[in-house]
Amino acid sequence: MRKIAVSRIQELFAAIAAGQTLYLPVDTKAGAKFEQWESGKQLSSALNTVRSAKDFFFPQTENLMDFRVEGKKIEIIDTRRESEDFVLFGVRACDVRSFTVLDRVFLAEPVDTYYKNRREHGLIMSMSCTRPAETCFCGTFGIDAAEPEGDVVCHMTADTLYLDAKTEKGSALLEGLSALTEDCAAEDEAAVERHRELSHERLSKLPLASLSADRFGADKTDEFFNDPAWKSLSEACLGCGTCTFVCPTCQCYDIQDFDTGHGVKRFRCWDSCMYSDFTKMSAGQPRLTQLERFRQRFMHKLVYYPTNNDGLFSCVGCGRCLSKCPIQMNIVKVMKQLGGKQND
Amino acid sequence: MQEITREAILARAAELFRDGTVDRALGWRAGEFDYDVTPGVFTSAEELENGFVWNDFCGANFSKYLIRETGLTEKKVLVFLKPCDTYSFNQLLTEHRFAREKVYAVGVPCAGMADPRLLRERFDGVTAAESAEGGVLVHTLYDGDVTLPQEELLADRCRNCKSRKHVAYDELLGSDGEVLDSHRFDEVERLERMTPDERFAFWQNELSRCIRCNACRDVCPACTCEKCVFDNPASGAANKAPSSSFEEQMFHIIRAFHVAGRCTDCGECSRVCPQHIPLHLLNRKFIRDIDRFYGEYQAGAEVGSRAPIVDYTEGDIEPGQAVEGGARHA
Repeated sequence: MRKIAVSRIQELFAAIAAGQTLYLPVDTKAGAKFEQWESGKQLSSALNTVRSAKDFFFPQTENLMDFRVEGKKIEIIDTRRESEDFVLFGVRACDVRSFTVLDRVFLAEPVDTYYKNRREHGLIMSMSCTRPAETCFCGTFGIDAAEPEGDVVCHMTADTLYLDAKTEKGSALLEGLSALTEDCAAEDEAAVERHRELSHERLSKLPLASLSADRFGADKTDEFFNDPAWKSLSEACLGCGTCTFVCPTCQCYDIQDFDTGHGVKRFRCWDSCMYSDFTKMSAGQPRLTQLERFRQRFMHKLVYYPTNNDGLFSCVGCGRCLSKCPIQMNIVKVMKQLGGKQND
Repeated sequence: MQEITREAILARAAELFRDGTVDRALGWRAGEFDYDVTPGVFTSAEELENGFVWNDFCGANFSKYLIRETGLTEKKVLVFLKPCDTYSFNQLLTEHRFAREKVYAVGVPCAGMADPRLLRERFDGVTAAESAEGGVLVHTLYDGDVTLPQEELLADRCRNCKSRKHVAYDELLGSDGEVLDSHRFDEVERLERMTPDERFAFWQNELSRCIRCNACRDVCPACTCEKCVFDNPASGAANKAPSSSFEEQMFHIIRAFHVAGRCTDCGECSRVCPQHIPLHLLNRKFIRDIDRFYGEYQAGAEVGSRAPIVDYTEGDIEPGQAVEGGARHA
């Protein structure tokens, strides 16, 4: 483990940014947001960004390819570019886990080369949480906010930033920064341990700390699909899809062609199961009511995805849907309603 | 603190269920915390007793939900309306969107609603926020218990409240207020004073955050088309990906035109926007212009009124003057 004084954090950012593009959470009028670091840009003090870090690997819109049409000749133009190396600093434990959820979708055969390209060029410097919010429930899904995953795990105390490389990629980055950082002694390890203990103590006192996902999981479709509670849970849903857009694990997309007049631009863009035209086929949309669309989203997080992915849930408990839903409906309310007495 | 208590509302609702006047009620449903209130449909007095909440976070306007709910029952739907909600209620009646006789409207006085975002901006980890002596008592994870004056948590639309008077109800709980001399156009005037470049930059900055969730449209009581053109892939207008960086701005400007003269300035669009875009300012600009060119007009103030822009009168401003005036004030 290496360390650097918090007062010198701008030097650290400059050194990282000298080798690759560095993105970090900064404060804006509309909340914290990942932005490219440039001299003087300060790290946000907010717990998390409004939009998740998934945007870096799975952007909201992306040009997949172009077609140029001349008479009967159609030329296919590959618009892919090799991504540049980049570092994401300050990613929280929930968002880091979301990359695992996305990987299982996009890196499974057939591999999504657009996603893979960005994933391979991205390095994650995660940050442990010390002030989790009342909306946090990552612990429900086995995530430890005090010890995130990532290439380099960071812990920030009042005066010191500790950097712990967990992968080869992470070690290589820290090696390049060795002139700026110091090696850690036993007392530093102790300081990080105290830091972790404080986090654990706070996490244990969160209002959602006892929320359990045990009742959900693989192969539970029949148990929940026809539950009458879906009606009251979904009745006020606007179908806006904000939950899916701020969600770090929502991964559905649509591919559309734009007629440019002399060809076609093929785009991929985020889609949302909340929308009336989601997965619309020639025979129509399979989920005709908002109740069905609403149910799809939560069943996917809590049952379908685990069924297809060795029991892994596709919610990471980041709490964004709790703070962003215009009608304040969210996965916690769904879990408590469907989870019966266990979650009272 | 609200004038009417939850108990008073529940007592009246229970009577209305018992005497068979209504078989469902639109109300605010309690959440995990005091401030994550969800609109809900309750089908019995017992259900209301268990889940209904009435506190400083009951911002949601139920008028639009009446379109659906009145179609689902033979009886009346009970709805609780704050003063600003009654304007939307009247406007929907003017547009024949539901049958008046299918609704039992109970007016509830409103002292202004708090904005949960303001709470979250102030504190990390707000676990509860209850009305108390001297304002709102906020329980936090890291800053202990803090009492804030209610004004500090008021939603922007409530700071600029246009009316505490209910313009529609079957019965009123508590007292009625007055139409207020609000300062809601101050911000519009500030925008009007900007140069076109400054104003363009202002809106570009605000609208650039739009994520196209369309929550503003979905919640808007003036947007009640069965199927919006932007949800119809066959329309050619429903693009999930922007074809230009200007497209989001066009959407919001066009939507503001679409609801011009019908928008009551209820502020739901800005309340629900997950990106904190002050969308209501676009609508307010239209309201301001209509007031200037055609005389003061408040959509929803009464049922059946014709909005100036769909009502020809000989005294109407000439289109040329409107354009000129628009440029002067724009």
